[in-house]
Amino acid sequence: MTETRVAEEPVRLRRTLPKVTDRFAAAGAVLIVVILLATILAPWLAPYPVDRLDLVHTLLPPSGAHWFGTDKVGRDVLTQVLYGGRTSLTIAVAVLAMSAAVGVTLGVVAGYAGGWLRDVIMRVTDVFLAFPALLLSLALAVVLEPSVTTAIVAIAVTWWPWYARLAASVAASISTRSYVDAARCLGVPAPMIILRHVLPNSLTPVLVQISLDAGGVILTAAALSYLGLGAQEPTAEWGLMVEQGQTLFTTNWWVVTFPGLAILVTAFAFNVLGEGLRNALDPRRVVK
Amino acid sequence: MPRYLVRRLGQAVLVVAGVIVLTFAIMRLVPGDPAVAFAGPKATPEELAAARLRFGLDDAIPVQLWNYIRDLVTGDWGTSLRTRQPVRDDLLLAFPASLELVGTALLLAIAVGIPVGVLAARYKTKFPDFGVRITSMLAVSVPVFWLALALQTVFASNLGWFPIAGEYDSALDTTSPLTLWTNITIVDALITGNWPIFTSTLEHLVLPAVVVAAYPTGVIAQMTRAALIEESGQDHARLERALGFGETSILTRFALRPALNPVLSLIALVFAYAIVNGFLVEAVFNWPGLGRYAVQSISNRDTPAIAGVTLLVAVVYVLANLVVDLLQGVVDPRARAR
Amino acid sequence: MIEVRDLQVRYGERLVAAVPELDVREGECVAIVGESGSGKSTTLLSLLGLTEGAHVSGNIRVCGVDVLQAPERRLREIRGARVALVMQSPQAALSPTTRLGTLMRRALKLHGLGADRVMVEAVEAVMLDPGILRRYPHEISGGQAQRFAIALAIALGAEVILADEPTSALDVTVQAEVVGVLRRLREERGLALLLVSHDLALVSTIADRVLVMKDGAVVESGPAAEVLAAPSHPYTRELLEALP
Repeated sequence: MTETRVAEEPVRLRRTLPKVTDRFAAAGAVLIVVILLATILAPWLAPYPVDRLDLVHTLLPPSGAHWFGTDKVGRDVLTQVLYGGRTSLTIAVAVLAMSAAVGVTLGVVAGYAGGWLRDVIMRVTDVFLAFPALLLSLALAVVLEPSVTTAIVAIAVTWWPWYARLAASVAASISTRSYVDAARCLGVPAPMIILRHVLPNSLTPVLVQISLDAGGVILTAAALSYLGLGAQEPTAEWGLMVEQGQTLFTTNWWVVTFPGLAILVTAFAFNVLGEGLRNALDPRRVVK
Repeated sequence: MPRYLVRRLGQAVLVVAGVIVLTFAIMRLVPGDPAVAFAGPKATPEELAAARLRFGLDDAIPVQLWNYIRDLVTGDWGTSLRTRQPVRDDLLLAFPASLELVGTALLLAIAVGIPVGVLAARYKTKFPDFGVRITSMLAVSVPVFWLALALQTVFASNLGWFPIAGEYDSALDTTSPLTLWTNITIVDALITGNWPIFTSTLEHLVLPAVVVAAYPTGVIAQMTRAALIEESGQDHARLERALGFGETSILTRFALRPALNPVLSLIALVFAYAIVNGFLVEAVFNWPGLGRYAVQSISNRDTPAIAGVTLLVAVVYVLANLVVDLLQGVVDPRARAR
Repeated sequence: MIEVRDLQVRYGERLVAAVPELDVREGECVAIVGESGSGKSTTLLSLLGLTEGAHVSGNIRVCGVDVLQAPERRLREIRGARVALVMQSPQAALSPTTRLGTLMRRALKLHGLGADRVMVEAVEAVMLDPGILRRYPHEISGGQAQRFAIALAIALGAEVILADEPTSALDVTVQAEVVGVLRRLREERGLALLLVSHDLALVSTIADRVLVMKDGAVVESGPAAEVLAAPSHPYTRELLEALP
C-alpha cells in the first residue's frame, strides 16, 4: 500500500524559547568572560608574585592578607589559582584548536569525497573513539615525558575524532546541495568548493562543539596533572595543586578546595554556555 | 535482524583490530629502550640482549605487530615490569573490582538519573527543572578526583560515617575468608552467604560509588529530560492528551520507553567513561581495581601493564556498545524490524 | 454537543484562528474546509483545550463543559471519553512502543471503563481483526491505524469525533474505507462529527454543514449543499475550481 504524506500544516504548536535557557547560557558566558579576564590579568590581579615561597607563613587559613590562604611552602593560594587558570585555559585552547583543525580537515575531506576515502577515515575515527579520552591520554602521557605539551598532544589525539565525525556529516549534507552540484558542474575544483561552501557551513556546529567540549578538556587536563602526567612543578596548575595538597585536606582544607572549585566553576561555565548555544542553534531542541 | 547483527559484529571486530594496532603503536613510541626498562638501568649487555630477545625487539615492526596480536589472542598479555606477573593475571584480579565499583555506580546513576530526568521534564522550565539542570550540570563539571577527596575528608575522615579506603575490612580475611567464584567481591560474598564481608564491602562501596556515579547521573538525567521533552512533543503525545491522559502518565507510560533508547546508548558511552573516571576515584579510595593498578603502573612507567589496561578498557567499551545496540531491539520494537 | 462563540486563538501577537460561531449538534457532521495554514487544525485542538502555548479567548462549550473555564481535571474527563480526536498522520499518532491493545486498555481504565469484550467489539465495529490489538503501530498500515483511532472513540463511548484531515495521509481506496466507517457510525450510533479537511470531494459526501476558513477567518458558512452548489465567497469558488 502506498501512502502519500501531506505536508504538515505550517501552524506549528511551537513554544517560544523559554527565557530560562537564555539566562542560563548568558550566565555561562558571563562566567567565562570573568574567568578569562581573571587569568589574563593574573599578573596584575594576583596579590603576590607567583611561586613566591614564604616558609614563615605556611598553611595559613584564608584571611584578609591571603583570601584563599597559603600552601605548605607559603605560596598564596589565590595567586596560584589565578596563574593555574592560565595553564588550564592554554591547554584547553591548544587542544581544541588542534583537534578542530585536524578533525575538521579530515572530516570535510571524508564527507565531501565520500566513497572509500570516507570509509577509511571514518573507520580510523571509530578506532580512536573506542578509547575514552582520559585512557588514551594516559597511555600516551606514560610513554612520552610528562609535561604540559605532552598533556596537550595526548588529549588532542583523543579529541579530534569527534570533530572529524561532526564535520563529515555536515560536509556530506552540504555536498549534496544543489548549489554545490552546480559549482561542481561548472568545473570549480574540489578544494575551491570545500573552501567556499563546505568549510563555512561546518563552522557553526564546530564552534558549538568547541564550547561544549572545553569543559571536558579542562577536566581531562586537570585529571592528567593530578596523576602527575601533565603540568609539573613549579608550573601552577589546578589538578596539580589538588594533588600536592590532597594529604592536607583534613587539616588545611583551603589548599585543595579552591583549586578544585576553580576547575568546577570553569568546566561548569563552559558546559552551560555550550548547552545554551546548542539549544539555540538546534531547532529540534528548541523546546528545551 | 541477523544481517544487521552480522554487520554490527563485523564492525566491532574491525574496531578491536584497530584498537590493538593503535595500542601497539603507542607502546612502540616509548622513548628509550623497553629492554632497558625491563632489565633495569644497571643491566649488563648480556641481560639487555636477553631482554631484547625475549620481547622480540630485534624483529621488524610488522613481525613484532604480528607476534603481539598472536600473543594477545593466545592469552599472553605480556609481563608487568612492576609486579613481574603476567599482565593478564593482574588484570583478571583488578578488573572485577573495577566492575564492582562502576557497576554499582551505574545502577545508582540509572536509579537516580532517570526519575530525576522525568521530574525535570514534567515540570519543564519551572523550578524543579531549573534545579535539576543546575545540579546535573554541576555533577558533570565536577573534577572527580577532587569530589572523591572532598567526600572522603568530610564523610570518612571527619564524620567517620564511612570507611576511608579499601574494598573491605582486611581483618575479615582471617575471621571469615571469602571463597572466590566471580572475583567480584560483593557478588561472591552474596552467593556464599558471607555476610561480614558483604556488609563491609557495601560500606566501603558507598563513597567511591557515589563519586563515580556523579557524572553518569548528570548526563542520564539531562538525556532523559531532553528525550522525554522531545517525545512528549510528538504527535502520539497529542493523541494521548486527547484521550484524557495527564502529563505525568504520558511521560511515564508512553514517552519513557521510546525515550530510553537514546538514554541506553548513552549508558554504553558513559560506562567506559565511568571506568576511566573510576581510575582516579580508585586511586583516592585505594580501591583494588584497574585504576589503582594503572596509576601504580604509571609511576613505574610499566608499559606492558598500561597497554593491557588500555586494551581491556577499549575492548570493554566496544562490547558495551554492541550490547546496547542489541538491547535497543528489546526496548524499541521498531529497531527489531530494521 | 459543541457550541463555539467568538473564538480567537493567538500565538503571541499573531491571530491564527477566529471563529464567530460554530455549532455541532447530535448526529450532525460539520466540516471546516480551507487550505493548509488557514487555522482549521488550531480551531479543532482548541475545542479540547490542547492548544499549547496559545492564547484562546471566547466561549467554547463541549458536551456541556466550558472548555476555557473548566479545571484541567474536568477537561481530562471529557477528552477521549466523550470527545475523541482522530489525527492526520495515522502512525505517528500512536506511541511506537505501545501495543494497540495496551493503549486501548489504558485509555479505558483511565475513564473507569472497559473489558476485553468492549475492546473486541470496538475493533470489529471498524472492520478490523481483533488480532490487531497485539500489534505495534509500525506493524499496521495507515488505513488500519486510522480505523483503530476511530475504534478508540467507539470503545470509550465518545459522542463527538473531531477528525483532523483523517484521510489526507491515505491513498484513495483506503480513504473510502475510513470515510465509510465514519459515515456508518453516524447513522448507527448518532455520533456527531466535526471534520477538518481541504478535500472538498470528501466534504461534499459526508458533511451537513460547512465552514470555509481562510487565513484564520471564517469566510463563508452554511448547509453543505448550498455552499458547495452556490458559493458566495470568491475563495470558496477558488477551492471548488481546484477540484479535479
